[in-house]
Amino acid sequence: MSKNQRNIGQKLKSYKRTPFSFLMMLLVMLSAVITFAVLIFLIAYVLINGVPYLKPSLFSFTYTSENASLMPALINTIIMTLLSLVIAVPFGIFSAIFLVEYAKRGNKFVEVIRLTTETLQGIPSIVYGLFGMLFFVSTYGWGFSILAGAFTLSIMVLPLIMRSTEEALKAVPDSYREGSFGLGAGKLRTVFRIVLPSAIPGILAGVILAVGRIVGETAALIYTAGTVADIPNSVLDSGRTLAVHMYNLASEGLYMDQAYATAVILLVLVVGINTLSGFLAKKLTKA
Amino acid sequence: MNKKAWTEKFMQGVFFIAACASVLAVALICIFLFANGIPAMKEIGFGEFLSGEMWKPKNEIFGILPMIVGSLYVTAGAIIFGVPIGILTAVFMAYYCPKKIYKPLKAATELLAGIPSVVYGFFGLVVIVPLIRTLGRDLGFGGNGSSILTASLLLGMMILPTIIGLTESSIRAVPEQYYEGAVALGATHERAIFRVVIPAAKSGVIAAIVLGIGRAIGETMAVIMVAGNQARLPQGIFRGVRTLTANIVIEMGYATGLHREALIATGVVLFVFILIINFSVALLKRRTTHE
Repeated sequence: MSKNQRNIGQKLKSYKRTPFSFLMMLLVMLSAVITFAVLIFLIAYVLINGVPYLKPSLFSFTYTSENASLMPALINTIIMTLLSLVIAVPFGIFSAIFLVEYAKRGNKFVEVIRLTTETLQGIPSIVYGLFGMLFFVSTYGWGFSILAGAFTLSIMVLPLIMRSTEEALKAVPDSYREGSFGLGAGKLRTVFRIVLPSAIPGILAGVILAVGRIVGETAALIYTAGTVADIPNSVLDSGRTLAVHMYNLASEGLYMDQAYATAVILLVLVVGINTLSGFLAKKLTKA
Repeated sequence: MNKKAWTEKFMQGVFFIAACASVLAVALICIFLFANGIPAMKEIGFGEFLSGEMWKPKNEIFGILPMIVGSLYVTAGAIIFGVPIGILTAVFMAYYCPKKIYKPLKAATELLAGIPSVVYGFFGLVVIVPLIRTLGRDLGFGGNGSSILTASLLLGMMILPTIIGLTESSIRAVPEQYYEGAVALGATHERAIFRVVIPAAKSGVIAAIVLGIGRAIGETMAVIMVAGNQARLPQGIFRGVRTLTANIVIEMGYATGLHREALIATGVVLFVFILIINFSVALLKRRTTHE
């Protein structure tokens, strides 16, 4: 946004008479450097220390006390992610459709939904964990189970999916809808055949962000899905995801090498997920 | 009614019910937390629970003041470290960043938000804790590295993306004429930004800070891994501390009876803090849109 196209030397000279400006400029630069240096250092540190520990034995299908394999946790993470999405995505997309396509402007109920989604977004994951423990684990009697964890997480990511779907639907030009109506399509047909397909990149970007949150979640899962380090036989069994696995390894302090390796896998997953989501969002803005 | 019209009505109902899910979820969360937490608070005594300085579950003494103070300390610390750097980085992103590197840097700030808290916690455990331990010993404060300072530094890092993202968008929402007008009146680039643009973006920036507070106070795993978790009133920034969130996770595994309920009540206190914070963010946002 720099409006003045001068070279650096001239710029520095002009700062001579304005010490306040010079100081603020330095502080701005310093802060930016700190922010990005911290990020780079964190990633580099984890990768450099973790990659050497990525041994094939870590991907064995059973967890034993001699070999703290992360494979069961990885499989649990995939199951947990799929299950949470199966629950959260339909609810998220349908409620966004309601908000954007059906609700009348200025509707009081819409205000209430907005307020509750914002509230949900601000609730810390440990509170979700407590609720999941009280509601799904105890009241429903599911015990520590993948299912209880997935339901808890699906509530947690619901606002994320809702918001991104809403944005994506709003970005679809009204002329699409009008064209569809003009050709005699009903409202439902317009929504499913015209509006939703053109909003898919945006919706996917949101869903992928949700995947990122699920993969990285720990606090909401410890007391809902439990910390058993094996692949569960059914969704009513306990099983820990990668993030929980990593927390347990690091806090036990016995398997620091494996914890480093798990951190690498988690980081790679999250970086990949973020890139994918960003790529899809970019596709949306181009369309 | 023909079949098509019926389907239309039916699906409209389905969409409506889906939309009710989030309302239902919030209602259920409130009901279950309060219904399970309030009785315990009553049994312990509201005053004793909230202002008791002792947390000794074995002796049935449940005072969460140390945890409340602990949460406030680490949150304040996170704000001290995170807010100035966050706001200045946002200024960098909006006004200094060369166009070529803007996109990768923007992606980097988003990545900062995406890194799981347990990875942050691990990083804190293996990097920041030893650093603070050495620093504490060298300065003569002692402590084993797991401390308020460590947790504050780590949380300061973790709230950066929240602060940067929101501050940047509120800076960008300020009409360009404000900046141009200031520069035309002879202000330097910096003076225009810090004396005109930032004040105009004030409520957005405050909303960003409040949201950062919410993130910091609600963070659990990263704090547990670096804060030491001693359930007593903080003895200095190089000494350990336990937050509300840590209290729940650490003891819930083996707690029964009143102890378990007291932990849920701890969650209720945290939840009330968060609701207050959410409410103020909503108010601030409303003010920004109405202005």
